[in-house]
Amino acid sequence: MTGADVRKDFPILQQEINGHPLVYLDNAATSQKPRPVLEAIQRYYEHDNANVHRGVHTLGARATEAYELAREKVARFINAPSPEQVVFTRGTTESLNMIAYGYARRVLQPGDEIVITPAEHHSNLIPWQQAARATGAQLKYLPLQPDGQIRLEDVRQAVTDRTKLVAIAHVSNVLGTIHPVSELAEIAHARGAVLVVDGAQSVPHQPTDVQALDCDFLAFSGHKMCGPTGIGVLYGKRHLLAEMEPTYFGGEMIDVVELYESTWKQPPWKFEGGTPIIAGAVGLGAAVDYLQSVGMENIQRHSQALAAYALERLAEIPEIEVYGPGPGVARGGLVTFNLRGVHAHDLSTVLDAHGVAIRAGHHCCQPLMRILGVPATARASFYLYNTEADIDALVTALTTAKEFFQHAIG
Amino acid sequence: MQLDDLYRQVIMDHYQHPRNQGEIGADALTVDLRNPSCGDEIRLQLQVADGVVCDARFRGAGCSISISSASMMTEAIKGKPLAEALALAQAFRAMMRGEAVDVEQLGELEALQGVSKFPARIKCATLAWQALENAASLAGLEHEHGG
Repeated sequence: MTGADVRKDFPILQQEINGHPLVYLDNAATSQKPRPVLEAIQRYYEHDNANVHRGVHTLGARATEAYELAREKVARFINAPSPEQVVFTRGTTESLNMIAYGYARRVLQPGDEIVITPAEHHSNLIPWQQAARATGAQLKYLPLQPDGQIRLEDVRQAVTDRTKLVAIAHVSNVLGTIHPVSELAEIAHARGAVLVVDGAQSVPHQPTDVQALDCDFLAFSGHKMCGPTGIGVLYGKRHLLAEMEPTYFGGEMIDVVELYESTWKQPPWKFEGGTPIIAGAVGLGAAVDYLQSVGMENIQRHSQALAAYALERLAEIPEIEVYGPGPGVARGGLVTFNLRGVHAHDLSTVLDAHGVAIRAGHHCCQPLMRILGVPATARASFYLYNTEADIDALVTALTTAKEFFQHAIG
Repeated sequence: MQLDDLYRQVIMDHYQHPRNQGEIGADALTVDLRNPSCGDEIRLQLQVADGVVCDARFRGAGCSISISSASMMTEAIKGKPLAEALALAQAFRAMMRGEAVDVEQLGELEALQGVSKFPARIKCATLAWQALENAASLAGLEHEHGG
């Protein structure tokens, strides 16, 4: 049950933009929210709202229970061995920064290496740049194949005994490339390095099993998986979370506070200083329930089928150049492209006039744009509520845009 | 939303055939600016003598709105006193805010008026003007009332 069957669950999709039905194809930036998620947040504020882990009163107990239940749901969703390995954060960016500050900067010595790819989102690149600068470690980039894939023999060569950390997106937010996470984990572990996975574009779209992947850390965002903004997750292996230092200090995260020193709670609570994002966690829990009721395998099949259909339809327009893996290669549910002679911003404005929402720009991947040799690209990204009709609308709008600019340019 | 209001013929002409493209030289006033949210870039160079903009050139990568705005701007400010160029920048910004415009002062730039109805694109149109204002600061000249 995907596509047209689930559209009714998403109130925002039932509207017109500039006189056309909304065709929302910017899901890699953020997804829309189904009614059960909106209702869970509303219900929490109307019935259970209180601060967690402190009040003895009934609402305090209910709020704590709701918050911790959300953690259990997320843990099951990614097959974490225990809920204590799920830390609630503001999102992928915060999760990755917490690893960079609390773990990487503690273990990195001058001359150590961090291995990443040039296709990483800025949030999985700048924290490592900064950690390298602060510790004297080196950032090493894996070479990319023309379609954005990496070769395992290059990884084996790049990862050495000096490598402490390998960080990579499971699915590229620009190219849609799917990286072989479990093989990367094996290579990293053989050299004593930890593998950090940016799951922002994978966890919302496919079944995730952190134990099968054997990644050491996984970061992802709630808002890209039908949850609210402002809530995300940091998963870590138990011994790594134990070793990792908190990033924020203050209320909620402490064990004993003395005048000159203090001790922390156990993970995950030592990483959740201050009043946590309770309603956000409740919303994320509801999003997980919703996604599981649809089925992650179904969602993955649906997004990939739409991406394949989009590739097929875009090939009908000879002026369209598509980036990333070609037809027949597994890819995430997104397609990045340019219309020759038309800047992605101009394209996006014309598509918006037809009700079609896509992303235009560098997608927080400036180094990758330089490799592709383009200042910007357009990206259409799909989710469970998109249909082939949405892609037909995209292609119709693209054809109109092409004619409009051909005419305008004369 | 009327696309024809945004993409006027004169805009597309400047986009296709930007005027004053290139560089003046190492001794010119140089400002490099980018719009980090979208990746548009511009290098603006001005040759200023006795307070007058003798030459203005730019190099840029960007959409039709940012390139045409830069192209028209260089045409408009060449030969003008820098103070007058800055006044024009203020008039242009006012137009982007949707305020009434002095068509005589803005001339061809009036073609960009439609951008004011596309809030997401205003930054594209003002990038070159921001570069001009930065160049003026380098030359020691500021807006009387700020930017």
